[in-house]
Amino acid sequence: MVQVAAYALGEEMKQPHTYTLYHPKWYRRRVSTWWWAEQWRSFKFILRELSSLAVIYFVALLLWLLWSLGQGEASYRNFLACMEWPLMIVFNVIAFLFVLYHTITWFNLAPKAMAVRVGGKRLPDWMIAAPNYVAWIVISAIIAWFILGGN
Amino acid sequence: MAKTITLEVARYRPEEEAEPTFESFDVPLNKDWVVLDALNYIKDKLDGTLSYRWSCRMGVCGSCGMMVNGDPKLTCATFLTAYEPGPIRVEPLRYFPIVRDLVVEITDFMDKLKAVKPWVVRDEEKPISEGEYLQTPQQLDNYKQFSMCINCLCCYAACPVVGLDQHFIGPAAIALAQRYNNDSRDEGAEERLDILSQHEGIWGCTFNGECTRVCPKNVDPAGAIQQYKIKAVTEWYKSLLMPWGKK
Repeated sequence: MVQVAAYALGEEMKQPHTYTLYHPKWYRRRVSTWWWAEQWRSFKFILRELSSLAVIYFVALLLWLLWSLGQGEASYRNFLACMEWPLMIVFNVIAFLFVLYHTITWFNLAPKAMAVRVGGKRLPDWMIAAPNYVAWIVISAIIAWFILGGN
Repeated sequence: MAKTITLEVARYRPEEEAEPTFESFDVPLNKDWVVLDALNYIKDKLDGTLSYRWSCRMGVCGSCGMMVNGDPKLTCATFLTAYEPGPIRVEPLRYFPIVRDLVVEITDFMDKLKAVKPWVVRDEEKPISEGEYLQTPQQLDNYKQFSMCINCLCCYAACPVVGLDQHFIGPAAIALAQRYNNDSRDEGAEERLDILSQHEGIWGCTFNGECTRVCPKNVDPAGAIQQYKIKAVTEWYKSLLMPWGKK
C-alpha cells in the first residue's frame, strides 16, 4: 500500500507521461519565491505563520525569567534591567502584537477544525469560538490580578 | 454596436511555442454570458484552434475550472459582467502542467485520488439477500457536504502547498477521503489514515484556507483536513496508550 501511495504521491508529476507522442511538451510554470507577496491574503497568511516565532520567543522569555529567578536576586534584577532597554521594549511590543494576531486567528480558525454535532446538527462557528475567547479573557484577568498584586 | 469585453486568453501551442502567450479577443458583453460562453464564442467565431475543457455548463461536471483574473473559477458560473469593463484574463489552472492552451494535465491528481480509496470500503460485504445498507438522514448529513465535490481542481490551483510541494496529496482528495470516513457504511478509515497521516497527506497542509475560499460547491476542504488532523492525533494517542487495542 505504501508503494502505491508513494507512486501516487507525485511520481507522475516528475516524469513526462508515458504517451509523450500526444503530449509533445508540457509547460510547467515555476512558483515564484515571492508568491506570498503577490496577494494581501497570502501575505496575511505568511504573517500568521511567522507569528509562531513570536510564540516561541515568549516561551523562551518565560523560561529565562524562571531561570533568573532561580539564580537569586542579582540575576533577577539583571533580567528586569534587560527588559527595560528601550530596544527590548520595542521588540517585545512587536512580538506581543504578533502573538495577539496569532491568538485571534487561531480562535477564529478553531470552528473549522472542530465539527461538533449536537442532536445531529453542527454547532454554529461562534459557539466554538466564543468559549475560547471567554476562557482567554478570564484567564488573562486572573493572571493580571495576581501580577498587579490583587488582594 | 453592442457592448463588448476583451478576453486575454492564455495560449500554449507546444509545437510552436516554448512558453504560453496571451491572445486578446473581443466578445459581446451579454448580460447572461459566463466566461465559458465567451470561450465558446471565440472557438465558434474567432479562432477554432482554441483548446479548453468543458461539458455540462451548469456546475456539475467540474471540467471548466480555469484561472479568471488570477483566481480559480468554474468558468460556467463566472459572469462576464462581474469583470466589467475588462479585460478578463483567462489562464489554465495554476500549478498543473499545461498540455495546450487552457487544458491541463491531471493524471497526477487522478492517482492521488485513487490512493485515498474514495469508495465505500467494507471488511465484509453483506449478502445481497440482506438488502441495502440503510442510513438515516442524520448519517447522510455527516458527510454530505464533502460529497458535493466535483473534482474541478480549483482548490489545487488555489493551494500554495500544492504549488510548492508536488507530493502533497491536496485538498479535494483529502476532503473525499473524509467524505467516506464519515459515511456510516464505510469501514476503511484506518486504511486511509495510513496514507493520509504521512507528511505528504494531511500534515502537508498549513491551513491557508484558500481551498475553501475558492470551492464553487462549498465543500470546505480546509475544514475536512483539520478535522482529519484531529482524528489522526487522537488515533495516535490511542495507539500509544492502548498498544494492545485494535490498530
